[in-house]
Amino acid sequence: MIEYLSMKEWSPYLVGAGIGVLNILAFLLSDKPIGCSTAYSRTSGMIEKLFRGSKVLDKAYYRKFEPVVDWEVMLVAGIVIGAFLSASLSGEFRVETVPALWADQFGPDPFLRLTAAFAGGVLVGLGARWAGGCTSGHGISGTTQLAASSWLAVVCFFIGGVATAMILFGAGG
Amino acid sequence: MKDSMLENLRKDGQVQLAVGLLIGVGFGFLLQKGGVTRYDVIVGQLLLTDFTVFKVMASAVITGMIGVHLLRSLGLVKLHPKPGSFGSSALGGLIFGVGFGLLGYCSGTIAGAVGQGSIDALVGGVGGGLLGAGIFAELYPRLEEKVLKRGDFGDSTFPEILGVNSWLVVIPAVLVLLLLLLWIEEMGL
Repeated sequence: MIEYLSMKEWSPYLVGAGIGVLNILAFLLSDKPIGCSTAYSRTSGMIEKLFRGSKVLDKAYYRKFEPVVDWEVMLVAGIVIGAFLSASLSGEFRVETVPALWADQFGPDPFLRLTAAFAGGVLVGLGARWAGGCTSGHGISGTTQLAASSWLAVVCFFIGGVATAMILFGAGG
Repeated sequence: MKDSMLENLRKDGQVQLAVGLLIGVGFGFLLQKGGVTRYDVIVGQLLLTDFTVFKVMASAVITGMIGVHLLRSLGLVKLHPKPGSFGSSALGGLIFGVGFGLLGYCSGTIAGAVGQGSIDALVGGVGGGLLGAGIFAELYPRLEEKVLKRGDFGDSTFPEILGVNSWLVVIPAVLVLLLLLLWIEEMGL
């Protein structure tokens, strides 16, 4: 058992099937699909509330998605723990600022990588809420339910992502 | 009786937080084992040189689609499709996609990457992601009527749009995804 848990990598099909089962469990036990991006919105609201007080709660969006620790915030916290366990068991945990592929193209400067990552992160946080979901909520759970909104969103995620990566890495042209 | 047990479980706030956490632990563990918390793997997918992300997502959708629709046919679960519109799903999707390409992680894999020690995910993903979500909350009142409701098509699912039994869409969708996976394997991607 421990040997299996400490393997560096599992088959992507096994991993995918496992995620599918977790999604089924989420529907069954919690009456909700797996999703990650409202956690960012709620946490952002909680942080803003620390600085600006409870008037933050008057914002229309936070009346819709109250800035509290809910199921999804716990889910995202759980992801950090689960990934840490997996990486620690396989000896894959490593503090890394500049991924190899990025360094090959843009050099090892951590400041450049962090600046680009931060800009990307802002767009991810903004775009996920704009679209009403992310790669989990739309990409996995929404497509699972055959929701029209989710199939449209996931196609757009990948159009935007592929185009950006191709431009950054000068591929395909 | 079984139904009321499930209902009680679903209503218990504390238990639900624990369930969310546990499902998250499993999700994070699987994402990391699948390699999809690595920047190189995700960007490899976006450059169409490494299809690990597609394999994971397609297998998750195939498994989930069969299971969720089976439980729904048995009356044990309800679907929760998200509402959508061109202004929201398409435009928001493209904004998210550009960020996804630049950051190299998405909302869930940011958290997984943080767990394996990726500082770019912590600073860029968590920091930037929280700021981006905050910006959206600020813009929301102005975007709501003008953009987010453009081309509204509601929370319909494909079986509803086509007016057919869900299984008439689930089965072909599963077959198409399986064929795509087989094709990708054939191509050696």
